[in-house]
Amino acid sequence: MPPESWSLYSLMLQSRLFEEAIAQLWHDGLISGEMHLGTGEEAIIAGVVAHVREGDAMALDHRGTAALLMRGVDPVLILRELLGRPDGLCGGMGGHMHLFSKEHLAASSGIVGAAGPTAAGFGLAAQYLHPGAFAVAFFGEGAMNQGMLMESMNLASAWNLPVVFVCKDDDWAITTQSERMTGGDLNERARGLGVPAVEVDGLDVIEVWEASHAAIERARSGQGPTFLHARCVHFEGHFLGLQLLRLVRDPLREMPGIALPLTRSFVHPGGAAVGDRVAGLKEVVAAVLSTLRDPRRDSTNDPVQRARETLLSDPGRLLELEERIEEEMDEVLASALAEARS
Amino acid sequence: MRTMFFTQAVDDALAQAMAEDPRIILFGEDVPLLRRDLLVRFGPRRVRGTPISESAFLGAGVAAAMAGLRPVVELYMVDFLGVCMDALLNHAAKAEAFSGGRWTASVVVRAPCGGGYGDGGQHEQSLWGWLAHIPGLTVLVPSTPADAGGLMLAALQHDGPVIFLEHKLLSETWLEFLGSGARRTVRYDVPAEGARGAVPRKWEPEPIGTAALRRDGGDVTIVSVGVGVHRALEAAQALETEGVSAGVLDLRTVFPLDKTAVCEAVSQTGRLVVVDEDYEGFGLSGELAAVVLEAGISCRYARVCTQTTIPYARHLEDQILPNRERICAAARRLMR
Repeated sequence: MPPESWSLYSLMLQSRLFEEAIAQLWHDGLISGEMHLGTGEEAIIAGVVAHVREGDAMALDHRGTAALLMRGVDPVLILRELLGRPDGLCGGMGGHMHLFSKEHLAASSGIVGAAGPTAAGFGLAAQYLHPGAFAVAFFGEGAMNQGMLMESMNLASAWNLPVVFVCKDDDWAITTQSERMTGGDLNERARGLGVPAVEVDGLDVIEVWEASHAAIERARSGQGPTFLHARCVHFEGHFLGLQLLRLVRDPLREMPGIALPLTRSFVHPGGAAVGDRVAGLKEVVAAVLSTLRDPRRDSTNDPVQRARETLLSDPGRLLELEERIEEEMDEVLASALAEARS
Repeated sequence: MRTMFFTQAVDDALAQAMAEDPRIILFGEDVPLLRRDLLVRFGPRRVRGTPISESAFLGAGVAAAMAGLRPVVELYMVDFLGVCMDALLNHAAKAEAFSGGRWTASVVVRAPCGGGYGDGGQHEQSLWGWLAHIPGLTVLVPSTPADAGGLMLAALQHDGPVIFLEHKLLSETWLEFLGSGARRTVRYDVPAEGARGAVPRKWEPEPIGTAALRRDGGDVTIVSVGVGVHRALEAAQALETEGVSAGVLDLRTVFPLDKTAVCEAVSQTGRLVVVDEDYEGFGLSGELAAVVLEAGISCRYARVCTQTTIPYARHLEDQILPNRERICAAARRLMR
């Protein structure tokens, strides 16, 4: 067992507990708009961010909370930001999709694919200002169809930029299954742009850590960009309250509101022939069935549990670590919430 | 008459048009789920999902329109036009001029817009002024279900590109999808009159470029679009208790602008308050000032707009977006 296992598990558990608390705040109505959690992708984030140090930069997507937490940004500040408080990380102006930390060179964006050009620019600046530093871009597989990300990979290749492109692939672009909207193979696509591609198990934090170590060393030593493709699951789907997940989790409550208009429309005169209507209905049903069969419902796909199992050989140390992290997270919550609730 | 929610009305008008015109096809991200009722009636050939490739699918929509289809292209949010503006700015808007008037791109771009629910400055913008700035684009911003359906029908019959903006605060499905569907713990300040209302049994196109007078008033004219119209109506009601008679004009269309209706109303009151959820500088509010000045109308003028990036925090957002208090204060200033 590599020595990093303990620290990586620690990062992942912190993030999991933190985001579970955020989910509760969202359900309590203390967070108003959308909320995209990273629960399920912790192994990818931890495996990469553990290598990030002073001078390195991070380009984050709309799901950047975990990366910032693991990078060492004060969790109380993050939480206060999510609560929209003036003493939050960005003064309540950004919120979870637009978290910025200048001192950590970390910038988020809610625009899909925007992490590509951002990481390329951070990498370019590193070449001039911090030789030996690198930039990471985190994005989902849906972003792989966004032009600006493809252009950035080409730019990074042509300019030999110190960038690691990390694709967190859960095969869902909100309610669309990405494989149905994606031509070819993602790794081949990266290679076609001159960026070496590495396939890793996104549920195995040690594997991600090792693969990203190699990719980051390549970047630091001037050998250019790498594409890391890591599969994962998002337990809460694209965002909290995702309609497809609600439908599967609580069909009695959710079904009538969807099924009645659907049926009325299916039998409505005027429109396509029956065959086309059935094909349409099949598409809707397929999305629901895919959600039902979804790997996110399978606890063996939980990267935090996976990492924990490798540490069971030392139960005393494990228990002590978990108690300490839980206490720390409780303190973070108490500190951020004490004034917020008052 | 029937009663419908806002987005329900848009989709209903769309369905009526699709049943009559097989050239109308629908595509965009997650459209098979978002427009599932249309998918099961018109089939997957006419209701399609897309990859997250706005430049490609919006650009394709523009050209497909030039080649004879009637595409309705959906964007997840109008803010995301940022990644594919070229298709509108340099292509859809230019086809007619470049072809010497011989060719148009009759594409309808449908996008949710607007704030008031806490998503922050990259997801809650209005941007209709930015779009209307470009010659060749028609920009529609309905404020009621009846107008939403009628204007969608008009958009589908229009000869040229049309941007159809659907305010999220009025849309029962967008609010449900983005924030409130899984919980009962959040409240959004939804204008009831805009979110649900009477609609005709059979849709007729609402003329593009025609404003609607929502409320008569002799002291001051408030001009607005979208949710701003409802905020203006709330303000007018409050002003009435202070003895100020405020009229409310709903533009419904940002371009073409109903200059006649604006000038008529303002020349009667001599006072113009523009309520615009879009950015204040270089936009609709300044344009309306130019319209009355060019017409030689002498009036007092104030505007209540969004001046900065929209904050994430709800309490800050509520102050930044036009609200009843700010509109009342502006009207009172003009009455002094």
